[in-house]
Parts: sequence; C-alpha cells; structure tokens
Amino acid sequence: MDYATLLQVLDSTLRLATPLLFACLAGLFSERAGVFDIGLEGKMLVAAMCSGAVAFLTGSVWIGLLAGIAGSLVLSGVHGLASITFRGNQLISGVALNFLASGITVLAAQSLFKQGGRTPPISGAARFNPIDLPFAEPLSAIPILGPFYAEVLSGHSLPVYVALLCVPLSWWALYRTRFGLRLRAVGENPAAVDTAGISVVRLRYAALAIAGVLCGLAGVYMATALQAGFGKEMTAGRGYIALAALIFAKWKPWGALWATLLFGFFQALALRPDVVERIVGTKVPVPALDALPYVLTVLVLAGFVGKAIPPRAGGEPYVKER
Amino acid sequence: MTRLPKWADVILVPVISLALAAIISALVILAIGQNPWEAISVMVEGSLMSAYGWGYTLYYTTSFIFTGLAVTVAFHAGLFNIGGEGQAQLGGLGVALACLFIPWPHWSLALIGASLAAAAFGAAWAAIPAYLQAKRGSHIVITTIMFNYIAASLMIWILVDVLRPPTAQDPSTAPFPATTHLPSLSDLPLFNLFFTKSVPANITLLVALAMAVLVWVLLWHTRLGYEIRAFGKSEPAARYAGINPTRIVLIAMLLSGALAGMMATNNVMGEAEKLLGNSASGAGFIGIAVALMGRNHPLGVVLAALLFGFLYQGGAELGLWTRIPIEMRVVVQGLVILFTGALDQMVRMMLARVFRPRAARAA
Repeated sequence: MDYATLLQVLDSTLRLATPLLFACLAGLFSERAGVFDIGLEGKMLVAAMCSGAVAFLTGSVWIGLLAGIAGSLVLSGVHGLASITFRGNQLISGVALNFLASGITVLAAQSLFKQGGRTPPISGAARFNPIDLPFAEPLSAIPILGPFYAEVLSGHSLPVYVALLCVPLSWWALYRTRFGLRLRAVGENPAAVDTAGISVVRLRYAALAIAGVLCGLAGVYMATALQAGFGKEMTAGRGYIALAALIFAKWKPWGALWATLLFGFFQALALRPDVVERIVGTKVPVPALDALPYVLTVLVLAGFVGKAIPPRAGGEPYVKER
Repeated sequence: MTRLPKWADVILVPVISLALAAIISALVILAIGQNPWEAISVMVEGSLMSAYGWGYTLYYTTSFIFTGLAVTVAFHAGLFNIGGEGQAQLGGLGVALACLFIPWPHWSLALIGASLAAAAFGAAWAAIPAYLQAKRGSHIVITTIMFNYIAASLMIWILVDVLRPPTAQDPSTAPFPATTHLPSLSDLPLFNLFFTKSVPANITLLVALAMAVLVWVLLWHTRLGYEIRAFGKSEPAARYAGINPTRIVLIAMLLSGALAGMMATNNVMGEAEKLLGNSASGAGFIGIAVALMGRNHPLGVVLAALLFGFLYQGGAELGLWTRIPIEMRVVVQGLVILFTGALDQMVRMMLARVFRPRAARAA
C-alpha cells in the first residue's frame, strides 16, 4: 500500500469512526452509571431520521441537529423510565427500543415524504459541509506530515472534530469533576452513593441524558454529514459495534477513541477490498472483513486480548432500602 | 409491595401490557394519518378470515414457536439468548446441506435428517457464546449479538462464493430435490378439510407443537429441567445444591440454539425449498417478544406465537392494501417487548394499587 492510498483509507477511517465514537462515548456514560444500553442503535436511528427530516424541511442543519438530539433524548427517557424508575430489565428495554426505532423511523419518513421510508436528499445549509483546517494547502508541501494533515485531518465536517473533542471532555468530566466521580461510583456501588445522600435515580437519568445527546450527535452526523439524508436502517448495526468498541475500550474515554478508530479502520478496509488484496496477497472475501470487528470483540470478551471488567453494578436496577 | 394473586400475574399482567402496546400502536397509526380501525380490520381479514390467510398465519406461527421456545429455555437458565437470529440462519445452512447432499428416499426421513442437522448447526452456533459465558464469564447478550453479525457475514460468503450454483444470479443455493418436499397442511388428512389449496404452513407446525410439549416436559418434569430452573432462579443456591453451572449454561444454550436452528425446517425446507440470503428474516428476534409475551411457558409461547403470526401476516396485508408501511409490525413488536418485558413492573405496580384495598379488607 503506497502512502497516498494509506491516507485515503485513514481519511475514511476517521469519517467512519465518528458515529462509532459518539455512540461509544454515549454507552460509556450510561454503562459507567450502571445502566446497560443496548438501545444505542435505535437512538442513533431516530436521531438520524429526525435530523434528516427537519433539516430538509427547514433547510437548516442546526435545527436538524436539535431535532435529532431531541428524538434521541425521548428514547433515552423511555429507557430510563423502564430501567430506572420501574426497575425493568435493561437489556430487554434496549432491545425493544431498537425495534421500535427501526419501525417508527420508516413509518414517519414514509408518511412525511412518501419516498419509500427515506428522507429527500439534503444539500447546502441543510448539511454539515467539509471544513478545511487552516494552512492545509501550504503545509501539504511538507513531506509525510503535510499530506497527512491535509488529507486525513483536514476536510471533515464539524461533527468529526466535535467527536474528537468529546474524548478529552468526557475524560475530564468523568475523572476530574465531582459529577464524574459520583457517576462512576453509581455504576460500581449505588448503595454507597445513596448512603452519601446523593440520588441514584437522578444520577442515572443524567447519565442517560448525556448518552441521549451523544447518540443524537451520532445519528445527526450519519444523516447530515456522512450521508445526505436518512435512509431505512442506515445505522446498520453501528450501535452494536459501538458497544463492542466500548468493551474493547474497557469503559475508558481514550480507549474508546482508539477502539472506534480501529473499528472504523476495518470498515474503511471493507470498502476497499482491492487494497486488502494487495496487502494480503490473496483475495479476501468482503464478508470476512465485515465480520472482523465482531470477531475481535468476541476475542476481547473471551479475555484473549486483555481482560475487560465491566462496571460492577451494570445492568442491575437499584432498589432503595426502606 | 403488594403481591398480586397468581391469576392476575399470569393473565392480567400480560393482557394489560398487550392492551397498552395496542393503544400506543393505534396512536402511532393515527399519528401517521391513517385509520387504526381500518388497519385492524385489514389485518383480521387478511390473516384470520380465509384458509389462505390462516395458511400464512400458521406458517409464521411455526417459526415463532421454535424461536420463542429457544428464548424460553435459555431464559429459565437465567440466560438472555439474543442470538436466535444467527442460530436460525445456521440452522438453515444445516437444512440446506442435509437436503442437497444426502439422497433422501422419502420426505419423512428427510425431515428427520434435516431437523437433526438444523438443530446441530443451531446448537453449534450457540456453543461458543455458551462456552465463553460458562468458562470465561463473557456476557452472553453481547456475544450472541456479535454472533448474529458474524453469522450474517458467514452466510453471505457461503451463499455467494460457496453454495451458489454457477448459473444462479442471486445469492442462494440450488433448489432442494423433490424428495425433500414437505407436505403442506393442505396435504394432511383432517387439515385438508379446511385448507383446500396449498398453503405455506406445513407439517413442521406439528413438529413445533411437539417441541413445545417436549420443552414443557423437560423443564417441569425432569431432573435436568429442575436444575436449569434452579440455576436460573439463583446461581449461588444452585451451586450449593451441587448443580454444575458450566454444565447447565452449556446444556441450556445448546438446547436453545438447537430449537432456534430447527426453525429452518419450516421456512427453508417447508417454504423456500432452497437457502436464501437472510433466511431467518427477523424471526429469531421475534422469539424474544414471543417468549416474554408467553411468560416463558410453552403454552404461553404457542399462544404468543399465534398472536405474532397474526401480526406478521396481518402486517404484510397492511403493506399490500393500506398506506400503512409493513414496518408497522416492527413497531408493534417493539412495543410488545417494551411493555411485556421491560415495563411489566409498571403494570404490576398499577395493579397492586387496585388489589391492595381488597387485600386489606380481607385481612
């Protein structure tokens, strides 16, 4: 693989890793607070539909962004109601929301636009358009680093940079603020947090709200930047890949960045079977590349690539003692 | 919290959950500017008012009984098997290999052989997540989801590059030989009084019902079933009672995978008569809803499978005859799972309010 091709693949890697990163951080907040969130996929899908539809109708990507986040937050609210307030099964609630999202997005898009369950293509101000980072042009003359800056880092849409910024932000929020300490504690030992006089329920709802916003951003990015509009099932399992990445990342923000970049790299490779063929020397079936992130996750789960220890109170509803 | 009388817990809770799901579904239909009453009449008309409709309803029911039982068996061991979809696809591969490469003299032998192959392939696909859960503590929910995706990729590869006949355009196997053709319900005595024309529902419906009985016997009338249920209720207690956790996790998941895989005898062998892409087409996931709705009891599973069979056939009719998209059935499916599986506690709390004064008066 020559350098130019590598840069192309890395460029796609960053583009494809962005929704995974948003969703992975969403899962991170939720699971660190002790709430399993299988419903990342559904939230992304609803956000993608809401933002695609509203951006088309208003012509403004920013209003679309708000609509997308709002849609995702509604699902977060239902998940919270089921799994926090009514202490239902968090996994089942997530699965249910994914089905609900899968069906309702098509229903809504179909009844609004009558185009077979997709939103009409959006363009111009209704999308997040590529931004050229400063000095990309003159710096590209510098060998190796210059083209990397110009080709890989520059020229992405705003959400890509926001996603990258969310990594240190999440780290700071989780490890350097009082809220973060409490959030992590509530995922490990909610009874202790409760004893300290802090509301477990409120903390967990807050975590789900953050997850809702982040999933919303993931979906908005899918519909208004990565692609031009919402299409049926457009998230294509990315919510589950993000969950896989979260395990790979051992529930840590910087780990989430590397894990989603790795999975994004696999997705980018799956788009370029010709490149893979040149590296490996033989023809590799595309499905094998598609399956790679999942196989890797199973290997991680099996403990062959380092041990992944989830938050201790994950998945268990908290019952306050009376 | 007030404990509900048993009949309320067994009957009232699911019925109210279902009613809530139905109300929200009606609101969704209203919200997209359609008429819920028209929708339900089209669904009933298309799925229950003709032999043709029943033929499809029971065809879907058959698949859902298998996958619902699969989820049920795992649930009783405290395991949430979301991998029914992948296990059913692998079951399809088992059916295809058995039908294509073994010269069966008669359909009955072919059915037995294909069932065993489907069960073996489904169980094999559940075996790795089961082993990882039992031995290395990997969470079965995540691993089974991953295995669904791996199964999807694997099947695409097998259908495109391995089993596809050179002449075929679409990713599918060659058609199965005629000797493996299963009798439709219209070919069976008694059933043919009602089904006068050939319908997709076939003899595997009877196999599915037999499996429901077997699962009931297994869970409530054998030592193994007792161990599975004890393990599911409390792992530490089961461990102290000398029940081997590894063995139970493995057995429960293998049985679950085998049941999910056997679904393929209905759709792959009984209907398509060749293996197509995405053969399970969501039935593995519906098994979750069916098991929850059926309260993890084989009888409940059969009834819930019938309900979902109606929903699936009715939903297809909606897509044909009304302007409500076929995806409506996924919405209903999600709502049923949400209300029966995750918000059941809410329903119980509501009912507890109703029952509390009466209990207090009696005391």
